[in-house]
Amino acid sequence: MIRIDCPFCGPRDHLEFAYGGDGSIVHPPLGAPPQEWYDAVFLRRNIAGVQKETWQHVHGCRTWLLVERNTLTHEIHSVEPAHPAVKAALEARQ
Amino acid sequence: MQAVRNRKSRFSAWDVFRNGLNGQRGWRRQWRDPEPKQRYDIVIVGGGLHGLATAYYLAKEHKRKSIAVLERGWIGGGNAGRNTTIVRSNYFLPGNREFYEHSLRLWENLSHELNYNVMFSQRSHVTLCHSPGAIAGMARAYNTMRRTGTPDADIWDLATLKREIPYLDYGPTARFPIIGAAVQKRAGTARHDAVAWGYARAADSYGIDIIQNCEVTGIVRQGGKIVSLETSRGSIGAERVGFAVAGNTSRLWDMAGLGQLPIETHKLQAFVSEPLKPLVDQVIVFGVGGTQFYISQSDKGGLVFGGSLDGYKSYAQRGNLPVVQSVAEAAMSIMPNLGRVKLLRHWAGAVDMSMDGSHFICKTPLDNLYLNAGWNYGGFKASPASGWYFADLIANDRPHNVIANADLHRFERGAANDEHGHGADPKLH
Repeated sequence: MIRIDCPFCGPRDHLEFAYGGDGSIVHPPLGAPPQEWYDAVFLRRNIAGVQKETWQHVHGCRTWLLVERNTLTHEIHSVEPAHPAVKAALEARQ
Repeated sequence: MQAVRNRKSRFSAWDVFRNGLNGQRGWRRQWRDPEPKQRYDIVIVGGGLHGLATAYYLAKEHKRKSIAVLERGWIGGGNAGRNTTIVRSNYFLPGNREFYEHSLRLWENLSHELNYNVMFSQRSHVTLCHSPGAIAGMARAYNTMRRTGTPDADIWDLATLKREIPYLDYGPTARFPIIGAAVQKRAGTARHDAVAWGYARAADSYGIDIIQNCEVTGIVRQGGKIVSLETSRGSIGAERVGFAVAGNTSRLWDMAGLGQLPIETHKLQAFVSEPLKPLVDQVIVFGVGGTQFYISQSDKGGLVFGGSLDGYKSYAQRGNLPVVQSVAEAAMSIMPNLGRVKLLRHWAGAVDMSMDGSHFICKTPLDNLYLNAGWNYGGFKASPASGWYFADLIANDRPHNVIANADLHRFERGAANDEHGHGADPKLH
């Protein structure tokens, strides 16, 4: 079992979370050329090592999280809210 | 060529009898352990079922002689030995259905062709249905199969199903009551190790070098061509190079300086129980609400079964416990008689999950590099056709009609081969 330390709920089994995907993807503006959209939707870096990825705490606070995890060992290096405003609010509170 | 082939004797009933009398001392090793040469016409990276089959068909169908297969570990040690050995051709989309039906026809003659018993057993593949909508959906797919060259597609009503497989939970309290099944009768199972060994032995008899413990560590390019491969056993030059390393395709692609692929690496688990007396005659498949469960019984008596992906990207060949639980629950929901069966082993394999759940056999941005990848979790049954079409591609430098849409650009054309209509999310396929 992977244990993810949710910034709101504390450490929980990954069973409470839904895996999103590659967290490094930035979607282009709506008017961007098709090639940029193709790259964002279909291509993946598929890193063997530490990657940034998204998880949603669906059976908890429902926040989308940005997690740094090693895809070879499943070791987790960092967890933070994926949305910059939520992250800023959390940091302001601390 | 014939001289090379005659170097090894063919297996025969007489061999079995003779070696039975002399304590099995008369068997010789089945393929050589050669030192890599400095240069080959064709180098296949990846000594799994697809790589070995490719090398074999390059020699047999295209009379190529100077071929090497490079394997990082040992043959049969990767996904070749980690699958649930199911062979079927119940595909719906054009391209896929011709490809998998061709594969099934190759399977039907494989033991004879390779002179190696791959224990292919056409025991039927039975997909359970739990709603009228599911029956209608399967009827649509299986009628399409019947009209396009797969004559053994069939739908069983409940009475037939109860007669053929009496031990399923047909009770009124079942969480998902069973009302029928979609059946492919020529589908079944094969012995996965024997497939690897059979292809290796046959390829070796054509003079193909199978080089194990040989990891590719670097790729030397000159402009738009690969010149040579740096390996843990020295530099190996090649006129043409084929990648067949599903699970690790992105890493090799990156090593070749080619950027990104429409592939994510995920892990899929498989399980085997303690040996039991014969119980499960067919391959039985259960899938409701995103849960998947498929089970067959090996000739040794172990129940071989599996479920869905673990759900998150991983290169670790190690499964996680939530899937063990979900697979056990699915098993109990259709076969409560398995409740006290002990699990013997479970393991995981790293698989290429593509953006539409279908494979790639295609040319690449480099002139002399060819790609075979993206097998999701259906690579085992594809092995013979995968090798056949990949060999055809490498030898003729153009894709066969059947694999015309198995290229990397199909998403840009809006022509995804998405059997289940899940969209561009690899973990859902």
